[in-house]
Amino acid sequence: MANKISKETIEYVGILAKLELGEEEKEQAGRDMERMLDYIDKLNELDTDGVEPMSHVFAMSNVFREDRVENGDNREALLAGGPKVKEGSFQVPKTVE
Amino acid sequence: MSKQYETVIGLEVHVELATKTKIFCACSTEFGGAPNTHVCPVCMGMPGALPVLNKKVVEYAVAVGLATNCTITRHCKFDRKNYFYPDNPQNYQISQLYAPVCRNGFVEIETPGGSKKIGIHEIHMEEDAGKLIHDQWEDCSLVDYNRSGVPLIEIVSEPDMGNAQEVMAYLEKLRLLIQYLGASDCKLQEGSMRADVNLSVREAGSGSLGTRTEMKNLNSFKAIARAIEGERARQIELLEEGKDVVQETRRWDDNKEYSYAMRSKEDAQDYRYFPDPDLVPVDISEEWLQEIRDRQPEFCTEKLARYKKEFDIPDYDARILTGSKRLADLFEAAAAICGKPKKVSNWLMGETMRLLKEEGMEPEDLSFSPKHLAALIDLVDSGTINGTAAKEVFEHIFREDKDPEKYVEEKGLKAVSDEGALREAVSRAIAANPKSVEDYRSGKGKALGFLVGQVMKAMEGKANPALVNRILKDFLES
Repeated sequence: MANKISKETIEYVGILAKLELGEEEKEQAGRDMERMLDYIDKLNELDTDGVEPMSHVFAMSNVFREDRVENGDNREALLAGGPKVKEGSFQVPKTVE
Repeated sequence: MSKQYETVIGLEVHVELATKTKIFCACSTEFGGAPNTHVCPVCMGMPGALPVLNKKVVEYAVAVGLATNCTITRHCKFDRKNYFYPDNPQNYQISQLYAPVCRNGFVEIETPGGSKKIGIHEIHMEEDAGKLIHDQWEDCSLVDYNRSGVPLIEIVSEPDMGNAQEVMAYLEKLRLLIQYLGASDCKLQEGSMRADVNLSVREAGSGSLGTRTEMKNLNSFKAIARAIEGERARQIELLEEGKDVVQETRRWDDNKEYSYAMRSKEDAQDYRYFPDPDLVPVDISEEWLQEIRDRQPEFCTEKLARYKKEFDIPDYDARILTGSKRLADLFEAAAAICGKPKKVSNWLMGETMRLLKEEGMEPEDLSFSPKHLAALIDLVDSGTINGTAAKEVFEHIFREDKDPEKYVEEKGLKAVSDEGALREAVSRAIAANPKSVEDYRSGKGKALGFLVGQVMKAMEGKANPALVNRILKDFLES
């Protein structure tokens, strides 16, 4: 494998993704990521000069909605999946600014 | 302080757009509903929900871009900004990084040294987050997603401002342009306009920029001005002590007049942006752009010139009237109805301003109809009510948008123009005040005012003053 991912990078990516990884998982994730980067290197061998970067898999643009209110109050159903609900709101651990 | 420092300021201004629905779903944007009553799977970030762009958001963003001399990005896209926080249900915010809708614009502001261009780096469209309420009884927070998905534009300026006055002038200019477009009401206190201040200091004449900090939580013009002064002083103090300014986000506490660092270093600001695969690109054709251009309103600079020329309104008054979209609209509508622009201007500049100040309100809060102001002016002009009564009537128009004709009828405020009744009151006043009559006849003109006052008092303020004056003079000079 040409690409090398350091342990620090894996730990950093883990923090960003809010993942708690064990030692073995870190090693596995590092190897996976190295393989992904190798694959990207392979793609980079292609000459893409003059090719517009793709941002969507369908060749479509301008899918719009008119500015009309169509949704009403559906609070109970929407909150039903929440693990904890209080006063019509999702309850979460205290956030400190 | 031995060295001279200069301040370099750039602003990030978030503006909530005045659409009826959210940016990616058909939920209402109405302010203040019960928690989680304006939500759906899209703005709650439920798996599998598909966002669909509100066309009006693009049109407002482009309109603001045109008004600020920007280049419109003809092929623009949305990106995901990834971060975890309970107010952000998708764990990413849909925003624009790589191809924002507007770039490279400017607005002109007035400064003591003449007009100055403030560059606009870019304007992008994005969605607002939900609201967290910290529970008073339990150690937890409650999340309300009513605001999640409300459309915002973020206007990023170049670091072209040098002091609080320029920042105020820039914000005021943006606010006016956007209000004139009807794209937002831009109320800082209610959060429909929010400004983050990026500030650094450097030694005067130095070509390079110092390390900047970003200040958040500024919800009034005064707080912004105080935060700028406070942060400038803090940074200069650090430099004077030979310390470094740390690049960080700080939260301004307007009560303590001090800012403190918001995020720790471990909490990295790495948003890992990537194109949002749920949303297709937006192509803005020449035809569409032209349609938006054709709909642009007359802005305040043009309005100001027109008011002075067309209505002969003094510069100061015209500036105040055009300094608020609401005032300008009221002025034009009322003037069109009654055909007396100068009188409309006087009511707006005089009594309206006085009452606004008394109530601590902004011109944008005015809610009376121009029709009622126009009717009031006609009532005064026709002598139906006198000036004192008119002020009373106006207070009710101002507060409850009361129909002045109805009010005058209900309260019996119609001025008495019945000559017989007035003659009787005048003769009684003359009989009761021989001294004043004598004074007047011996050349003391002032005495007339006193006698008019007596007649008005006897008529409980309802006499037609012009008529009282004439009858009094008739009596005194015959």
